[in-house]
Amino acid sequence: MIDVAESAIPRRRPVLRQLAELPVAVETARFIAALIVALLAFSVLLLLQSRNPIPTLRDMFSSTLGSTYGLSEVGVKMIPLLLCALAVAVPAWLGLVNVGGEGQLYFGAWLASWPALTFTHLPEIAMLPFMLVFGMIGGALWALVPAVLRARGLMNETISTLLLNYVAILFVQYFVFGPWKDPASANFPQSREFPAAANLPTFGGTRLHAGIIIAVVAAAILFFVWRRTRWGYEMRAVGGNWEAARRAGIPIATYTIVALLVGGALAGIAGFGEVSAIQGRLTPTLSPGYGYIGFLVSWLAGHNPLTIILMSFLLAVLTAGGDSLQINQNLPFASVNLLMALTLFVVLAQRSRRRAMA
Amino acid sequence: MSSTPFSQGLAAGAIRSGASLLYAGLGEVLVERAGMVNLGLEGTMLTGACFGFIATARSGSPYLGLVAAGITGGAFNLLFGFLVVTRRASQLASGLTLLFFAYGLTALLGDPYGGVRINGLGQFNIPLLARIPWLGPVLFYGDALTFAMVPCAVVVWWVLYHTRWGLALRTVGESREAAYAAGLNPQRIQYEALFVGGVLGGIGGAHITLAVAGNWVEEVTAGRGFIAVALVIFACWQPLRIIAGALLFGGAIALQLQLQARNADISPFLLQMLPYVLTLLVLLWSGRKRVFQMPEGLKEVFEGTS
Repeated sequence: MIDVAESAIPRRRPVLRQLAELPVAVETARFIAALIVALLAFSVLLLLQSRNPIPTLRDMFSSTLGSTYGLSEVGVKMIPLLLCALAVAVPAWLGLVNVGGEGQLYFGAWLASWPALTFTHLPEIAMLPFMLVFGMIGGALWALVPAVLRARGLMNETISTLLLNYVAILFVQYFVFGPWKDPASANFPQSREFPAAANLPTFGGTRLHAGIIIAVVAAAILFFVWRRTRWGYEMRAVGGNWEAARRAGIPIATYTIVALLVGGALAGIAGFGEVSAIQGRLTPTLSPGYGYIGFLVSWLAGHNPLTIILMSFLLAVLTAGGDSLQINQNLPFASVNLLMALTLFVVLAQRSRRRAMA
Repeated sequence: MSSTPFSQGLAAGAIRSGASLLYAGLGEVLVERAGMVNLGLEGTMLTGACFGFIATARSGSPYLGLVAAGITGGAFNLLFGFLVVTRRASQLASGLTLLFFAYGLTALLGDPYGGVRINGLGQFNIPLLARIPWLGPVLFYGDALTFAMVPCAVVVWWVLYHTRWGLALRTVGESREAAYAAGLNPQRIQYEALFVGGVLGGIGGAHITLAVAGNWVEEVTAGRGFIAVALVIFACWQPLRIIAGALLFGGAIALQLQLQARNADISPFLLQMLPYVLTLLVLLWSGRKRVFQMPEGLKEVFEGTS
């Protein structure tokens, strides 16, 4: 509880105390506490299945935070999570719910693949921006229909973005099983390999790619827009009180469309990063649910772009840990969802904004 | 399959594919009428599908499997209740969190049952009636759950509009404060609605593994839960309209399967888009009047403020 008189007079307080009162620090502490509870619950579940949780947890740690390569893999997962979370955050400033990051990622990946498969002789300097822009357009296109329908008051964006996720994934499947199928890969549904010029540069021997720079810069720009520009101010006004904002003459329909398109474009960049740097081709399994995890990241971070950077790192640790479950412990990859959900469950349960009535 | 006419196969398929949507949709009507949106309905169905399958594989009885599916589906929704009713957490975030919980839990527990075959819900004829030309095999041949579709919707409708509990539930959905002032216990009613809704959602999910697919694979529900959420909006939160909606959306799934079975020269992936696209088109066509029929308590959820 901050006393008004105290906060009015700047007074030196111990640095540690100041740090501990930063919202970001509080969020992180909460998250880590939740993670510990979740790890315990997860261990109990493994014990019930008569599996030994100790080596499982040890592998998860050493393959994520415990080694340089592990950390780079966390970065690899952090890129799409950060971008997909920003894709949720921008519309959320207006009070809009974009649950379509997954579909926007897939469609962005599809459109970003087109130049790589068509103009195979372009030099890197032309190819990568070409793909990036196409990825953004693809993601934005996938958000266009929900955006227009919402702006015209015809359909709520929650359901439309959600259902379009499935359509986008099927769309990519259609292409990799059909017109774009690599003739050389007999039964594997995937496109031909991209030319080398279409691969985003990576950092020394790891899979961590230049997308991390794009994602962090995007978060920084959005933070600036959110906090320091008229656009950000007006968007927060719409999100705070829609009716008052409308009466004040803020063009809500325009903001609605632009925010959802920007969101889609951000998720589209994530799709571009996955096909360009991670897969090197278009495949039907680009994302283990980055769009949905991104939604939760943005929500946990209160849609604040800087907090989103931190939260996407934390959830990237969990996602990267999932790979070790599958490879080293012979558990289905999806079981990491359980660990993630347990963590989020505890976080959500902690955050009661107000006690329920009665 | 190829001996039955296309229209007949489509109609029968609409009922078969619509059953899981109907039960899940009816469950979600109760939940939404009590002022909550459970985006984790997909997870409720997945839980029912998985535990129903495991119980059937272990006991040999698909009916015990249905009981297990109902109980686990209800229990799953109570977890959602803990977050949104007791802790007042964001409904959309809680729903998605529980969806991931279900993905993970069912992947882990269902893993050993990957290739297992079971005796699913038996299909049977209703004597005499099944011999009516065209209609007979469509309406009077099926499993216990497809026969119970209309009765179940009627029961939910009756409970919602003709019992004290139904009235209390709808009051809570319109305004928690008003319900509290009227001497009701909103939290308790919301928990009850979630449990009953979860039982129905779990049974809906179990219909997929026990009657339609006959085996367990990860994410076997494949977005049916989200279609069911859309179905509730389409039906204007009315239980009886869920029947029509379930048949329509089930019909879209059946159309895709029928065209595939007849080797239509269309990619199966394009056909699989059909239910989702059709759902969107139907919602669009049915237009904005829905907003006015939405329970008051839901509006803030869809506006992203809760």
